[in-house]
Amino acid sequence: MLKDFFNWLGDLPPLLQVPVVILAFLAAVGLLLFFLEVAPRRGRGYTIMRVAVAVLVPAFVLFAFGSVWWAIAIGALAGGAMFLLDYRSRAGTGYVLQLVGFLAPALFLLVIGLIYPSIATIFQAFQSSRGRWVGLENFAWIFSQPDNLVTIRNTIIWVLVVPIISTIAGLAYAVFIDKSRGEKYFKILVFMPMAISFVGASIIWRFIYGYREAGQSQYGLLNQIVVWFGGTPVNWLQQAPLNTFLLIVVLIWVQTGFAMVVLSAAIKGVPTEQIEAAQLDGTNAWQRFLNVTVPGIRSSLVVVLTTISIASLKVFDIVRTMGTAYPDTDVIANEMVTLAQNFETGRSAAFAVLLFILVLPIVIYNARVIKKQREIR
Amino acid sequence: MTSTIPADLPLPGAKTTQGAVERADEGNITRRSKRRLTSRGATIASLVIAILWTIPTFGLFVTSLRPQEEITRSGWWEVFLRWDLTLENYQTVLANEDLSRSFINSIVITLPATVAPLVVAALAAYAFAWIDFKGKNTLFILVFALQIVPIQMTLVPLLTLFFRGLHTAGGTLFEGFQGAGIYTQVWIAHTIFALPLAIFLLHNFISEIPGEVIEAARVDGAGHGQIFLRIVLPLTVPAIASFAIFQFLWVWNDLLVALIFASGEASPITRTLAELTGQFGRTAYLLPAGAFIAMIVPLIVFFALQRYFVRGLLAGSTKG
Repeated sequence: MLKDFFNWLGDLPPLLQVPVVILAFLAAVGLLLFFLEVAPRRGRGYTIMRVAVAVLVPAFVLFAFGSVWWAIAIGALAGGAMFLLDYRSRAGTGYVLQLVGFLAPALFLLVIGLIYPSIATIFQAFQSSRGRWVGLENFAWIFSQPDNLVTIRNTIIWVLVVPIISTIAGLAYAVFIDKSRGEKYFKILVFMPMAISFVGASIIWRFIYGYREAGQSQYGLLNQIVVWFGGTPVNWLQQAPLNTFLLIVVLIWVQTGFAMVVLSAAIKGVPTEQIEAAQLDGTNAWQRFLNVTVPGIRSSLVVVLTTISIASLKVFDIVRTMGTAYPDTDVIANEMVTLAQNFETGRSAAFAVLLFILVLPIVIYNARVIKKQREIR
Repeated sequence: MTSTIPADLPLPGAKTTQGAVERADEGNITRRSKRRLTSRGATIASLVIAILWTIPTFGLFVTSLRPQEEITRSGWWEVFLRWDLTLENYQTVLANEDLSRSFINSIVITLPATVAPLVVAALAAYAFAWIDFKGKNTLFILVFALQIVPIQMTLVPLLTLFFRGLHTAGGTLFEGFQGAGIYTQVWIAHTIFALPLAIFLLHNFISEIPGEVIEAARVDGAGHGQIFLRIVLPLTVPAIASFAIFQFLWVWNDLLVALIFASGEASPITRTLAELTGQFGRTAYLLPAGAFIAMIVPLIVFFALQRYFVRGLLAGSTKG
């Protein structure tokens, strides 16, 4: 069913597929919303409709996936059970069905696409690549190899440096250009790197870091500047601790635009009255920034820092397209792919678990922020 | 919160925040309530940032306009010594069938992969914000935490699922998407990977809607469907639009998902460019022009939707 639809869709000219698939999707969502609207209504007609939807929708979804009959029957039975649960729900009839209707599409996709694979990965981390249980052997391997320690160190450097510098640069820039003439154009200049793919970025930065031996004409800007000042050109990406920072510069260059755009919007949300009041109190610009603006945009700051931290933990494209030929540039996210490509699934999964653990503090901090916000409401 | 004032409208109150320094030259700009940058230091700092951030792209742009021999012979700055620019590279790139087809592929992949996660995430975010249920906070934090799952780890299980489907001892549960359109897998993969962040950001925004508004609608007899469609969606337009921009950029610029889920004929422009980069040498001189063409669409999108960035966006709450 579903396959047939996509099959039919695939035969259309590519550009026609876009409106067709979007409209089909929106129609399905519209139908869902219509049902959610009428679900809690009283009356026999609505009850019959609830039964029909609760039983038929799961059955139909399974049918659309091409399932065999007994699976469809189980789906219908589960739907019927859901209806009974809903009918007796303490929060009122229709409550459970509504909740499921709103959450099911997202949760279903998350379960198959993210939760199931993560659980599988956690199991794999304790297995050899042949599927034998090996306990902590993969982790022992990670921490016994000097190369891996460099990889971990690099990842930590990335996640510490990139979010802080791009947020500070983005915030400073957003404050400086706030309400200035030509703000729009100033914004676009810094936002532009966001519009460039990492593939494009790696091409761009080749013309910055590029190296040719002394005496030849340089094509990398950095080395040309060195030559202009009378130095000898350096093969930048070959210099071991430095090259990681040079790659970090690329991600900062990209992420500053993100920080700037989001924070600039947040700054404009700070009530003018607060700033005026502070002004009347005789504070200077820096004090106003620190005591009025920053607290006012704190939640946006947390979002920006979190998003960029996670992006830098997962950084892959930059290292893959720019760094692989050079020493000691590896990061966990890239090493995982390399190992997986060499069929070392266990070790690759162990690195993934390590990445989860590294990111845990960020999640815990955000969880607390979320809880706090809930309590305020 | 609903205001979507374009960036260039004079905002009320802009004038009153002026410092004493700028007041001196206010006479020159009385027509507009805009002011100069905060101070000379700030002007210099923002100019420096703007220039530093633009130089790499500018270099690429100049390179893309130089003839092949010049690109390999010398750095792009020498163009100022010897003015020699041509549109030849762009002509060659546009005539290249692989690149022009992958440009269309990029469009076909990106649009549905922007709309679908936004809608699905908005539904879930609404439930997290306005329907009470047991374990809501825990579930929400779990969804938030899913952001950290490295996409690399999920590719193999997901790919296997799409390719082989799902079978149990008793028969098929899901027949898979083999041969079901070349874009299907890419759309679904992008939708899934975008969800955690989209739900998190939209929830931040949707939960800021004043409770009285929702309550009033409920008293008037609106169910969740109407509240979502008639109240929450219109009030969330700025947040949805700004997330749409980011999602569009991320999908358009993605390489990883494209490498795994897009077959050769569905490969988007990033992948084709990366393949060209791989064969460095013969076609290397075309890369700058190709990269620039790939940039044009995201920039247009940013220009078109930029006004939504102006006020109270993405968790642009002043509380908290």
